[in-house]
Amino acid sequence: MLNVGQLNDGFVLDHIKAGKAMQIYKFLELDKLDCQVAIIKNAHSNKMGKKDILKIEGCLDFVDLDAVGFVDPDITVSVIKNGEIVEKKSLSLPHEIKNVVKCQNPRCITSIEQQLDQIFILTNPETKTYRCKYCEEKYLRRD
Amino acid sequence: MRHLLSPLDLSVEETNELLDLARDISKNPDKYSHKCEGKKIATCFYEPSTRTRLSFESAMLNLGGSVIGFSSANSSSASKGESVSDTIRVISCFADICAMRHPKEGAPMVAASKSSIPVINAGDGGHQHPTQTLTDLMTIRELRGSLDNFTIGLCGDLKFGRTVHSLIKELSRYTGIKFVLISPPELRVPDVIRDETLKANNIEFTEVERLEDVIPELDILYMTRVQKERFFNEEDYLRMKDFYILDAAKMAMAKPDMYVLHPLPRVNEISTEVDDDPRAAYFKQVQYGVYVRMALILTLLGLN
Repeated sequence: MLNVGQLNDGFVLDHIKAGKAMQIYKFLELDKLDCQVAIIKNAHSNKMGKKDILKIEGCLDFVDLDAVGFVDPDITVSVIKNGEIVEKKSLSLPHEIKNVVKCQNPRCITSIEQQLDQIFILTNPETKTYRCKYCEEKYLRRD
Repeated sequence: MRHLLSPLDLSVEETNELLDLARDISKNPDKYSHKCEGKKIATCFYEPSTRTRLSFESAMLNLGGSVIGFSSANSSSASKGESVSDTIRVISCFADICAMRHPKEGAPMVAASKSSIPVINAGDGGHQHPTQTLTDLMTIRELRGSLDNFTIGLCGDLKFGRTVHSLIKELSRYTGIKFVLISPPELRVPDVIRDETLKANNIEFTEVERLEDVIPELDILYMTRVQKERFFNEEDYLRMKDFYILDAAKMAMAKPDMYVLHPLPRVNEISTEVDDDPRAAYFKQVQYGVYVRMALILTLLGLN
């Protein structure tokens, strides 16, 4: 059993589907933040069997929760202050995500237009389908 | 300010009003011949087009307005690397309305977001072609009398054919339309159309490969060209370009009032022997296209 120290001030992303922690790490651009991050992979979970956890020191304002909701709306977010959980946030599939993923359609205007935001719109919540705002190409999730 | 980026930007009521206006223009062209005096349309065509560009230009000239523009990316600042956003800001200073064709999908949407004049999508890659759709609607309504209760066969390149995508979306808003989608497996309609337009709205449709099997049940046959410019691979294009050829023998199997539409240009997919058949409507369609674009220019400029 691996022991990771408790957070004093920061937040925990829990119930991440096993193997997805690095994807979240990348989407949130945590490598660019000057703070401590613990990535726990394949932790035991009664509910999920295995899960990933991210413990991040610092302010939640830096985090694009829409990006987290886009990857997996079932992830739970706990805000920690003075070592205590002070808030639990539930996520949902965001209606729109901006500059989280890129359109893969080579015919899309986003492939050539400078400084154009990459915007995807939720077009079918049941199938979690997102489409490029400009060309309507479906974002293919690599699960 | 309104733009036209997708056929669905106009409600069914607005579409019907526009088609009524187009019909009135066709019956009384003189009434409209000075409506756009002093107005300019910019036709910004980043890829070649004969019909659509000349149709827009003809429409504006018929309304008493004038025309500026370019007809290929090479003759515009795009060849110097200028963005669509910058180009439309500049064009907005010169013209009152802009019709834009661009090989990249979503380019007119980008233009509309930065424009201070109405932008009309005149075709963006394999995505949308709303004024062709309005043309198709006018043709069907003028020939059949109504836009409800008929079976339409769409044949050829249903994957990259933007006119097909726009027409399916638009007709899905009318009642009693049955779609027969005729294509090789590689060129079937994209899932965005199948899932989010046809299935999501419980619209009756079938997907088949052989035109001969279904032609007797069609009220409208919409033929399309397999477009060489949409293929990245020459071999795939050569394999599929002559997959369908509509000829007199196939027309003999069709209903006596089944009209044939085609957005043109036609290559081999309709034999020239069909041209004299009274059911061949593709050249009438071109004339209706001018009336519809006149009606659209008037509507977007608030001059209707």
